[in-house]
Amino acid sequence: MAADKARKETIGAVRRSFAPWADPGKTPLIRFENVVKRFGDFTAVDHVSLDIYEREFFALLGPSGCGKTTLMRMLAGFEEPSEGRLTLAGEDLAGVPPYRRPVNMMFQSYALFPHMNVQDNIAFGLKQDKMGKGEIDARVEEMLKLVKLEKFAKRKPHQLSGGQRQRVALARSLAKRPKVLLLDEPLGALDKKLREETQFELMDLQMDLGMTFLIVTHDQEEAMTVADRIAVMNNGVLVQVAPPAVIYEQPATRYVADFIGEVNLIEGTITQTGQDETHLSSPVTPFPLVVAQTMDCKAGDTACIAIRPEKLRIALEPPADQTENVFEGEIWDIGYLGDLSIYHVELACGQRIKVSQPNLSRVVARPISWDDKVWVTFAPHAGVVLTR
Amino acid sequence: MKKGLSWFNVTSIVLGFAFLYIPILLLVIYSFNASRLVTVWAGFSTQWYWALLENEQLIDAAWVTLRIAFFSSLVATVLGTMAALAMTRYGRFPGRTLFSGMIYAPLVMPEVITGLSMLLLFVAVNFDRGFWTVLLAHITFTMCFVAVVVQSRLVTFDRALEEAALDLGCPPFKTFFKITLPLILPAVVSGFMLAFTLSLDDLVIASFTTGPGATTLPMRIYSQVRLGVTPEINAVCTILIAMVTVVVIIASVMTKRAENMRQAEERAAMMQ
Repeated sequence: MAADKARKETIGAVRRSFAPWADPGKTPLIRFENVVKRFGDFTAVDHVSLDIYEREFFALLGPSGCGKTTLMRMLAGFEEPSEGRLTLAGEDLAGVPPYRRPVNMMFQSYALFPHMNVQDNIAFGLKQDKMGKGEIDARVEEMLKLVKLEKFAKRKPHQLSGGQRQRVALARSLAKRPKVLLLDEPLGALDKKLREETQFELMDLQMDLGMTFLIVTHDQEEAMTVADRIAVMNNGVLVQVAPPAVIYEQPATRYVADFIGEVNLIEGTITQTGQDETHLSSPVTPFPLVVAQTMDCKAGDTACIAIRPEKLRIALEPPADQTENVFEGEIWDIGYLGDLSIYHVELACGQRIKVSQPNLSRVVARPISWDDKVWVTFAPHAGVVLTR
Repeated sequence: MKKGLSWFNVTSIVLGFAFLYIPILLLVIYSFNASRLVTVWAGFSTQWYWALLENEQLIDAAWVTLRIAFFSSLVATVLGTMAALAMTRYGRFPGRTLFSGMIYAPLVMPEVITGLSMLLLFVAVNFDRGFWTVLLAHITFTMCFVAVVVQSRLVTFDRALEEAALDLGCPPFKTFFKITLPLILPAVVSGFMLAFTLSLDDLVIASFTTGPGATTLPMRIYSQVRLGVTPEINAVCTILIAMVTVVVIIASVMTKRAENMRQAEERAAMMQ
């Protein structure tokens, strides 16, 4: 118990203060410098510059075909950049074949060697390094313990469950203690519960080993859970690189706002800008909408307010607080999820917005029902103005 | 669906098997005939098998055939596997269509034409015809069968396995022998066996490309039969049939087992 508590405190301390990207004195471990990758006419990765720091858990997030896997495969050495430079610990990786790079990858399909048992799979990379037999055995043992598969050392991959195979793949890619571990959709094949558990296991593992992890995923919840920083990609371009909370609360563009979580986008025109205050006019309401944000633009510019469903509040009575933004509407539809209810509200202008409210009481009958006239409110600091 | 076989199915199976196997069965039965006359049954005997041992011409021919079959299928397996790798791995290289066309040509080409063109080639380059020319000709025409068998395995091969090996520090050449080859081995072996049996019972191409001192067993049998069928020939043929049957059964069992294992693995992979 005491050890657990001590460990928890150190983890907390490290996690709270870990932000090497904000420290100009730090040199990044991995640098993508203006990297381009073309396949024929198709540009998979378009002028990407990205720094990843030591001990960072970094996520590449985007829809399929956005270039995130290509970016990772370039780091592993399976693809060569068409343009630009890629360095690892200051060393240019151009022309270095995959079998000479100090990075290891965990494959989406796990790619376990079907003709070898668990032990031999894990030992495979170590044998390539001409390591002594005793040393190999010790390392394999350690890895099996790490992923809790000691009892399965002699099994062949097809005699394991999906979750066990995933752990063998992880152990195999960690066995050589690479400078960087690449994880290509590592949890995609697991069911939801197991996936969530494994996410936390991965985080602890990365912390304990003090290694740099780069994960590719299309699952935004997964990226938000595990990563220190997320790079959102679309059509081969980096759209935003930031910690999960910044990505969620201060998305840089409409694309990011829409891709990460649920969002309502309210189009409008900027009417007034000031210190920590931006006013917009919008067809959804006759009143000006106020957002507590300093914008680098002028009155007359078109913009939109992105606001998350959970940051809106809904009531049957008009609000007393006059500083909040408000619009009227009618309940169009209700989705009851147990912990939350999602209300689809149709506004006077015809736009529909989503409002989610936690269900705080056990009463089954909800006060707000279909076709009710409602007031939707949000505080000035709840939304974000996006111009791109 | 109705279980069991309808009279139509039974008839077609019986007719099919009869057409295919009654002649062979007759040949096998008559190889154990005690009579010197092929068509008259005079009791069971294995004397023709013993007589075979003294027929040096036949034994020589069998030895030549076996050596040719073994070495040609060995080389054909290596070349065919390489061709299959080239076609599945290197995407679109210049001349790929031509290359695959050339590989598969012997599959559909009448043997007479393959044989004749090989003969013309050997004459043109002034190659003394004999053991080596038959060997070369057999490598050429069996290679495509190996390529087809191995290629069909390679298209379902997960490239990530090779990438994983490279990623773990294994150079490409070693990766082929450590990962790729063990996994496609059943296909390679059945390709080898297919090539072996094809070479074993080839008559046409061997007749075109052979020379003095390199008479293969099918050629010897054919020439003897023209002088009249003897029970000895029946005995040789029975042995040949037995060999081919055994090899084919082993090859198909191996392919089947490999396929079953692959399916079991896939099922296990689906069942997360």
